[in-house]
Amino acid sequence: MSPRKARAGARAVPVAGPRLDVDALLDEKSLRVVVCCGSGGVGKTTVAAALALRAAERGRRTVVLTIDPARRLAQSLGLTELDNTPRPVQGVRATGEGFLDAMMLDMKRTFDEVVEAHATPEKAAQMLANPFYQALSSSFAGTQEYMAMEKLGQLRGVVDTDGRPRWDLIVVDTPPSRSALDFLDAPERLGSFLDGRLIRLLLAPAKAGGRAYVRVLSTIAGGVTGVMNRVLGAQVLTDVQTFVAAFDTMFGGFRERAQATYALLASEGTSFVVVAAPEPDAVREAGFFVERLQAEGMPLAGVVVNRATVSTEQALDCETAMAAAKAAAVDDDAHDGTSEVLWVHARRVRRLEAERQVAARLTRLNPPVPTVVAPARPLDVTDLDSLRAVGEDLATGPVVSPRASAP
Amino acid sequence: MPPPVSTVSDVPDLLDPRVRLHVVTGKGGTGKTTVAGALALALARRGRRVLLCEVEGRQGLARLFDRDPLGFEPTSLVPVPGGALLGSAIDAKAALLEYLEVFYRLGRAGRALERIGAVDFATTIAPGLRDVLLTGKVYDAVRTRQGSRRGNTPYLYDHVVLDAPPTGRIGNFLNVNAVGAGLAKVGPIHSQAESVMTVLRSASTAVHVVTLLEDMPVQETADAVAELRALGLPLGHLVVNQLRPPLLDPDHLRLVTDGGWDVDGLASDLERFGVAGPDPAARAAGLLRQTREHAVRVGREAELRAEVAELGLPVVELPQLQGGRSGLDDGGVHELAEELG
Repeated sequence: MSPRKARAGARAVPVAGPRLDVDALLDEKSLRVVVCCGSGGVGKTTVAAALALRAAERGRRTVVLTIDPARRLAQSLGLTELDNTPRPVQGVRATGEGFLDAMMLDMKRTFDEVVEAHATPEKAAQMLANPFYQALSSSFAGTQEYMAMEKLGQLRGVVDTDGRPRWDLIVVDTPPSRSALDFLDAPERLGSFLDGRLIRLLLAPAKAGGRAYVRVLSTIAGGVTGVMNRVLGAQVLTDVQTFVAAFDTMFGGFRERAQATYALLASEGTSFVVVAAPEPDAVREAGFFVERLQAEGMPLAGVVVNRATVSTEQALDCETAMAAAKAAAVDDDAHDGTSEVLWVHARRVRRLEAERQVAARLTRLNPPVPTVVAPARPLDVTDLDSLRAVGEDLATGPVVSPRASAP
Repeated sequence: MPPPVSTVSDVPDLLDPRVRLHVVTGKGGTGKTTVAGALALALARRGRRVLLCEVEGRQGLARLFDRDPLGFEPTSLVPVPGGALLGSAIDAKAALLEYLEVFYRLGRAGRALERIGAVDFATTIAPGLRDVLLTGKVYDAVRTRQGSRRGNTPYLYDHVVLDAPPTGRIGNFLNVNAVGAGLAKVGPIHSQAESVMTVLRSASTAVHVVTLLEDMPVQETADAVAELRALGLPLGHLVVNQLRPPLLDPDHLRLVTDGGWDVDGLASDLERFGVAGPDPAARAAGLLRQTREHAVRVGREAELRAEVAELGLPVVELPQLQGGRSGLDDGGVHELAEELG
């Protein structure tokens, strides 16, 4: 296949792409932000924490921003309280200047801090008491994504007394969205709502200055608010209007903030690591996400296929192992348990093969995306040692391969 | 052959005919959509008319039954002799427009509201309204009768099965109609809210939680059960999904864990059956390492299984089907529906 043809679309003959070189990524001094994304349940938080630990142990001054870690993993990182402040992680085998801080995002508190930082105490108190603000800051589907980005911006701005940024690498875990794409869309969606046409209409009565077109606008807005009042109840819109009016004067537009966030993500010094499990839905999501990042010119490091079934003995295929297991089960001279050992292997390679076929979808992406396969572990990652082992796996794992091959 | 996985025959009442609304939740990745689909299919196979709904805009049901994307209007998912299985992708926007139409006859004006973003606003950002609309539609489906809206004709659907939001959101989602603050305090949506809660809290509703025998899903299941209990919502079954059959008997599990396995004996057996490869000792060591990992996993699963049992709810166990953890195709749903009876 000629290179020109290869660029024309999905590659006809899948071949293994380049390997995601995690150590080269983490050692790149110009890299300041790593964003781990992917659909829910693929082990994003674990990968983020493992990358951060490895970076710290390779000499980077690192902080990891986690969203919703499993309790035991959180404990192992010293995250026993949700106080929205980075804390040093104990037990890191740091080299050079390296160290690791970790924090868990408190979405509501981050939002509150933004309000408090930008308003007089009186106005902030008013805002924090507004029911619409309370609902938005604690439960709107995009708020968590937005606040993760807000916090990322804050962390990037922290400098020590010598004027140097406190962290030279920030690793960000992303919220457990139903779709990985939500993470990119939510800040913009939230921004455009709070800054959009409807909000302007809702605000129009309050700002009416008497000019004819303003009166027309007010009339339309009155109609809209009238219907929405009837459906929702009047209090809701009053709360919204108060909230938006206060917000507007406070920040001069939510949308600009969302755009600034987006610019930060697209900038040099940021790299996305997409995490997938070797399952159809997760791989499909990862594929969409990769295409989206590429389409928008976002810096993509590659895809981690996490928790994959691996075997050092995969040269022994499933069919042969099963046949031998059956033969051993009825052979009086075979040792006790030999059949079971072979069954364990047969099931493992059958799973491995199914997963490989699922993950192979990633090799059909064009342009090819760097990948690395990290093996499943028998137990969940709950301490620094196993986190370190995951980091080692990420750095040394094989590339996703479209065909069965010797390890 | 490995022994078969224990199945649900001892817990028949997951398909209790008196339960009209089945709410299926679970952590992402546990297979809740597949379980909801299998439950709906099993009910339909018993000759019932069943509506299966999704509310998160994922088109998971279409993928599960390998068909075109579903719309708001219920359509047949798969033919079921003697029964019926319909599917609907409930969409907050469509639900709001329907409300406006029904209560205000706002056909065109409703679309005008949509154009300026009012509908988007109301369904995406207005706190909780989205969930009010979604649960409202589910409630409608539960109480709608055949023919006219009034009278004592039979219900249009014998059962409604809801592929609900995941465990992290299920409490807020189901309880949204009980939460007064920040929400519609008057108007038609408000007056419906109370009726919705009455149905959701009644014995004809059951909230099932799907889990895997893995740390995070079990932890989230325990959290969800505590939350739903505190909210007074009726819990149904815990569904342990993707259970793998034990491959080793208990003595062998202990032996391989303690490192007492006869590795030389295994190597000679491998040679005997022609599967030893170029280095029998290395192959035996590799296979034993895998068996030890299997034993560790089995041990952890047993602990987690005990944690699930301690939650005090009836448990249904479903076997892992061949071909991966999730994204099962049509055949998978049918197989699981068989398991459910």
